Amino acid sequence: MSESASSSLLARSMRRRSFFRVAGATVAASTLVLAGCVKDPVEPTDTQVTTLNLGEGDTGLLNYLLLLEQLEAAFYQKVVTTPPTDLQAGELAALTDLRDHEVVHREFFRQLLGSNAQPTIEFNFSTINFSSRASVLAAARTFEDLGVAAYNGAAKLFTSREILALVSKIASVEARHAAFIRDLIQPTDPFGGVVEGSGAYSGLGTVLTPPQVIAAATSFFPYTIVVSGLPTA
Amino acid sequence: MNIFRIIEQLSEVDSDVLGRFDSRRAVFKTLGDTAKKGALAAAPVFVASLFQKAYGQTTAPSVIDVLNYALTLELLEEDFYTKMIAAGQVPTGAPAAAIALIKKHESAHVTLLTNTVKALNGTPVTGKKFDPAKFPADYTTQLAFAQALEDTGVRAYKGQAGNLMGKTAGSTNLLQVALQIHSVEARHAAHIRTMRAQAPWIPAADSNLPAPLGPVYTGAIPESNVTQSGVNLTSQLGATYSANDAAASFDEILTMAEVLDASRAGGLVV
Repeated sequence: MSESASSSLLARSMRRRSFFRVAGATVAASTLVLAGCVKDPVEPTDTQVTTLNLGEGDTGLLNYLLLLEQLEAAFYQKVVTTPPTDLQAGELAALTDLRDHEVVHREFFRQLLGSNAQPTIEFNFSTINFSSRASVLAAARTFEDLGVAAYNGAAKLFTSREILALVSKIASVEARHAAFIRDLIQPTDPFGGVVEGSGAYSGLGTVLTPPQVIAAATSFFPYTIVVSGLPTA
Repeated sequence: MNIFRIIEQLSEVDSDVLGRFDSRRAVFKTLGDTAKKGALAAAPVFVASLFQKAYGQTTAPSVIDVLNYALTLELLEEDFYTKMIAAGQVPTGAPAAAIALIKKHESAHVTLLTNTVKALNGTPVTGKKFDPAKFPADYTTQLAFAQALEDTGVRAYKGQAGNLMGKTAGSTNLLQVALQIHSVEARHAAHIRTMRAQAPWIPAADSNLPAPLGPVYTGAIPESNVTQSGVNLTSQLGATYSANDAAASFDEILTMAEVLDASRAGGLVV
């Protein structure tokens, strides 16, 4: 990434801040928070990398979402590079679209985070059989459903209204991905297990906290992901 | 100065920016006329007074207003699916099962929102119906309307997220609940798009479709948008991405005023 790219968020924020000074105080406050985010570094990793601390506050939360987007993008990249031979007609094109969307999400978060973005991670996909359509699509469903639940649980934790808006724009696209994968492998049960069917929370999508999501995806990470610094409420 | 660019950026922080201006549509018209007459020198003063009016008072909707707005849309959806099931044209098997399940979700959303408004000592809206005169006679068009309603719902919930930040009803975090409903509306939208043999996500070209679909994808920030937080996703992410991929990677907001516009959900309610 170029230097101009990594510094541009701050530059943009400053431009906006001066505009918002006349436009509205509450609006200006949220941009200030965004500008302030860049103070929160991801914990440095030593040469024997064993842990990745996602950090604190809005920056930590963005790094958390970046981690999930990295995971999805890396997965689809692997699928697209060596697709299972039993993929049906048209499916590779759709999975390529998914790869592109996830890469755009990943790179956008990187751009937002600038120098605070986590490094590129080599994930452990050894549990997935990349030569089997069934295995690949089952893994895709896991990643997408997990992503939707993760966005549902993380978006409310942001203090910046601007970042909340951006994150919610991505969250619904992840839900579209999840629905798409389910339509490929279980078209007669599109919402089972991910939309509450009864009780007080009937009709609500699954929500998972960052520790729950990291625990569910732990086998894919090459090292321990530390989320204890992230806000919880 | 590009006033529309400013408003677009502002809408990323203040989803109701257009709502603030909506009643002053005449003002925009005047702005356009002024520009045409070459009186551009007066424009900055004019724009300043516009923002002064828009932000000079507290105009953010109350939590009850937001919840009743969501409830209005859920009632509209619930009634639409009730009519669709009653019309008896949905093919049996997977399509009928999906429509029945989606209807059940919408009814659950109605119940949840109604109870939440009551818990906050508000008065929940009731009796919002899908206009029978607009109800399509054939299944194919019914499904197109379902897509329009679901994709509108996704954009509408997204547009109000900021207004629910930090708001609770008892111990329930309203923003989280709204986001959970939002994700379900997106799953519905994608599933119905798949039933219609469309891409589950929204390609840039969809804004050009005839009503009821086209207007759903337009707005101050149309679904064809490729710029987020000032970053052009097609060219400024270190590699080049197609406009379709960039646009489909992000769903955009609709403001309350836009959703309730006669060309969108507002035109379907009685």
